[in-house]
Amino acid sequence: MLDEMAAALDAAGTAWVLVSTAMVFFMSLGLGFFYGGLVRRKNVINMIMLSFVAVALVSLQWYLFGYSLAFGGNALGGFVGDLRYIGLRGLGKELVGGLPGYAFAAFQMAFAAITLGILTSGLAERAKLSGFLLFGLLWTTLVYDPVAHWVWGGGWLHHWLKGLLGAEPLDFAGGTVVHITSGFSALVLALLIGRRLGYGEYSMEPHNIPLVLIGGAILWFGWFGFNAGSALAANQQAAVALINTHLAASAGALAWMLASWARTGRPGSLGFISGAVAGLVAITPAAGYVAPWASIVIGLVAGLLCYQALEYRVRKGIDESLDAWAVHGTGGLWGAIATGIFADPAVAGYRGLIYGGFNQFAAQLIDAAIAVAYAMAVTYVIYRVVDALVGMRAREEEEYVGLDLAQHGEQAYSWGA
Amino acid sequence: MALKKLEAVIRPEKLDQVKEALEQAGYHAMTVIEVRGRGEQRGVELQYRGSTVRIDLLPKVKIEIVADEKDVEKIAEIIMRTARTGKPGDGRIFIIPVEKAYRIRTGEQQA
Repeated sequence: MLDEMAAALDAAGTAWVLVSTAMVFFMSLGLGFFYGGLVRRKNVINMIMLSFVAVALVSLQWYLFGYSLAFGGNALGGFVGDLRYIGLRGLGKELVGGLPGYAFAAFQMAFAAITLGILTSGLAERAKLSGFLLFGLLWTTLVYDPVAHWVWGGGWLHHWLKGLLGAEPLDFAGGTVVHITSGFSALVLALLIGRRLGYGEYSMEPHNIPLVLIGGAILWFGWFGFNAGSALAANQQAAVALINTHLAASAGALAWMLASWARTGRPGSLGFISGAVAGLVAITPAAGYVAPWASIVIGLVAGLLCYQALEYRVRKGIDESLDAWAVHGTGGLWGAIATGIFADPAVAGYRGLIYGGFNQFAAQLIDAAIAVAYAMAVTYVIYRVVDALVGMRAREEEEYVGLDLAQHGEQAYSWGA
Repeated sequence: MALKKLEAVIRPEKLDQVKEALEQAGYHAMTVIEVRGRGEQRGVELQYRGSTVRIDLLPKVKIEIVADEKDVEKIAEIIMRTARTGKPGDGRIFIIPVEKAYRIRTGEQQA
């Protein structure tokens, strides 16, 4: 039995996926820094901690039942997976597409973990850690796991769209599952938790831009694992995903930078790195399905679109503080649609709109719309429940003094006195 | 012409408002320093490597302005009006006589 398994095991793919797993986990650190540098100095530890805590919390939940809900056989009509993989049962002896069960589960774990981290943008500088712990556990179980099951685990959406349009929803590495869900959930959170004290009155500039840039660079690096690793093999598709990832990031970075240069007269580094992330987000669902030239277009549009989304939310006075909605939400939405436009049959056999694949395009639109609606609705409910039970917002005095001191009893940059 | 120096310790997040208000009234010259201090605000306790430490020096910003004595009350009033929140920790203003002042660029002396 073990001999058979050894023969069927894709060794090169396994090696690559194991490395990618580590890279994707590293992205959570990058996210922590990216967000940490954007907030005020009195809250930097807390901001990084939200991403770290997300990793630890989701990892344990994933082992216990998250993986099973996402990738188990269909239960509740394909709404979630069943409980066959509770405690990752059996995965030590099973192969998933040529990969050891544990490798596949761990790789997916990293995705679930960073998704929770992304939405902390909507809670920045004002959330109670105890509330976040309960919220996070519920969110990953009730939003991430089902949506992952629908798109990747053979759930109802997959079957329904296949039956309806003859096209399955395409999401190569998580544009819908990771970015649309977390981005739009962050928006709901920001609206429910309310603005930070003094928002609009006094300036709340990033306290450490180099930290933001380091975080962004780590995200860019890790994204090679996020996207190219999602080929689940060391092959052509992984290579095209990697190059698409990189081109989209570069195009997005320059696009946003040039757009903000034209608008404000000065090209800011924050615009550059935000544009890169926007490009990376947008290419995520498309990375293994489109030709490289298309990834440049996707990244470029993402850079411009997400920049406009940010300006829009600022104009509306919404304190979705670190723009997970503008970058991950709208970037993911564009990416899902772009996948339906640019999917090139020569790359992976899927046909987008420009190759006559209207059905694929329609499937992408429906998939994205459902994800947006579901994520927002369930986030609303979870927030209300957790807020009633534990409370989501920190007290005013805590927010004034800073969460690092108030919640963690720590100072990021102490004088020693 | 007698010169006085105002030293105003204010909340850091009020700096932009104070600066703008002073600018609108025609007072541009100032020096700004990041400081830590305490007054009526109670300290905060925190854990550092297993022991409890009391932090009672909170970040503030100090604005120093040297101006003619006829402008001093106006400047103080502007600062107090824009920097005030009504809660402990709003800060203080001190007015000190200045003996002499030089402009480095030209070497001219004032007061």
